Amino acid sequence: MASATIRVAATPLVRYVLRRADDALILGHRLSEWCGHAPIMEEEMALANMGLDLIGQARALYTYAGEVEAEGHDEDALAYLRNERDYLNLLLVEQPNGDFAATMLRQFLYAAYADPFWRAMMASTDPTLAAIAAKAEKELAYHLRHSAEWVLRLGDGTAESHARIADALTALWPFTGELFANDAEEAALVSVGIAVDPESLRAIWQSTVSETLLAATLSGPASGWMQAGGRNGVHSEHFGHLLSELQYVQRLIPSAVW
Amino acid sequence: MNTRCQQAWTAAATVCDPEIPVLTIADLGVLRDIREDGETIEVVITPTYSGCPAMNMIALEIELALDRAGITPAKVVTVLSPAWTTDWMTEEGRQKLSDYGIAPPSRATGRRALFSVDTVACPRCGSTQTVRIAEFGSTSCKALWRCEACREPFDYFKCH
Repeated sequence: MASATIRVAATPLVRYVLRRADDALILGHRLSEWCGHAPIMEEEMALANMGLDLIGQARALYTYAGEVEAEGHDEDALAYLRNERDYLNLLLVEQPNGDFAATMLRQFLYAAYADPFWRAMMASTDPTLAAIAAKAEKELAYHLRHSAEWVLRLGDGTAESHARIADALTALWPFTGELFANDAEEAALVSVGIAVDPESLRAIWQSTVSETLLAATLSGPASGWMQAGGRNGVHSEHFGHLLSELQYVQRLIPSAVW
Repeated sequence: MNTRCQQAWTAAATVCDPEIPVLTIADLGVLRDIREDGETIEVVITPTYSGCPAMNMIALEIELALDRAGITPAKVVTVLSPAWTTDWMTEEGRQKLSDYGIAPPSRATGRRALFSVDTVACPRCGSTQTVRIAEFGSTSCKALWRCEACREPFDYFKCH
């Protein structure tokens, strides 16, 4: 059977929307991997709820990217039928779940960025992005609060929980530089008021993260080497494995619908 | 709104949230408008939470309700802007929720601080001596709380 892979006509706006859609889809997918494995029932529901919020945001963003592209690609085609190098998510969100501490810290580092990102996006001159932002901003506020409470509880908990979240911090920190990467293509969208200047989010992210880490008795890593690549489709070794799960049904039975 | 649109509104307004069957989509503020595009009746709805799985079901139920009322052709149109908020829930809807045992959402009062605590009244006994058990409950829109006065757990419809 012919490959179902699609090619996306990637204008700067399409790529901009796809980057955010891919962040939401991939992090939502990672959270869905916890289904049936969470340490307690309340966290089972929390992880599933946060995953659902993110996948809902991804659906709205993919639908919009498809409308802007105007090549007949719907949300499912964009979510399932691209190759690895065509996904533009942050490296942070594709990192494996690890233990519960690593998952919650990844959620916290992302939410501390995405919450102010969507709040700023509510002022976008693009009405669809502003409308999606108005919903996502409220949802991310819950994710931020929930994950921050866990960072606090684990960091300021037992020697074991502290050691685990400290390890997670060391492992995930090099992927946080990409959150604020400047990009010439996005700068043009920033200048016309469609996109959010990533640099404008850095101070609020740093303040949320450093206050929470301090309260959690964790030392923030010294700034050092930062790994980037996801925004341009260059992924970590984990991503291909993730996609093979995510795309399995569509690759096996192209065009299958519920 | 002309007579046909009003009939369509009445029919669409009977559709209930599949997860909270005491609330209609009009109570929730999800039903936004009825308009005509030529012969076609368009029912305009807005999603609640981005990922709420009830929205597909609601759209299907609207089509069925209009079909039963003989209002055809009809289609459901989803708009994102302005974004739905729990402040759009009607007073009647809030009362129905409370009678059903779900604490209605607090009125939005600006953003929460990172570790702030909400005050929620127990829908059974009215006490505000309540504690949050879990921020994320059985559906996207609910959190799980417990009343320290009457000792009963209850759902709280979260602010959005």
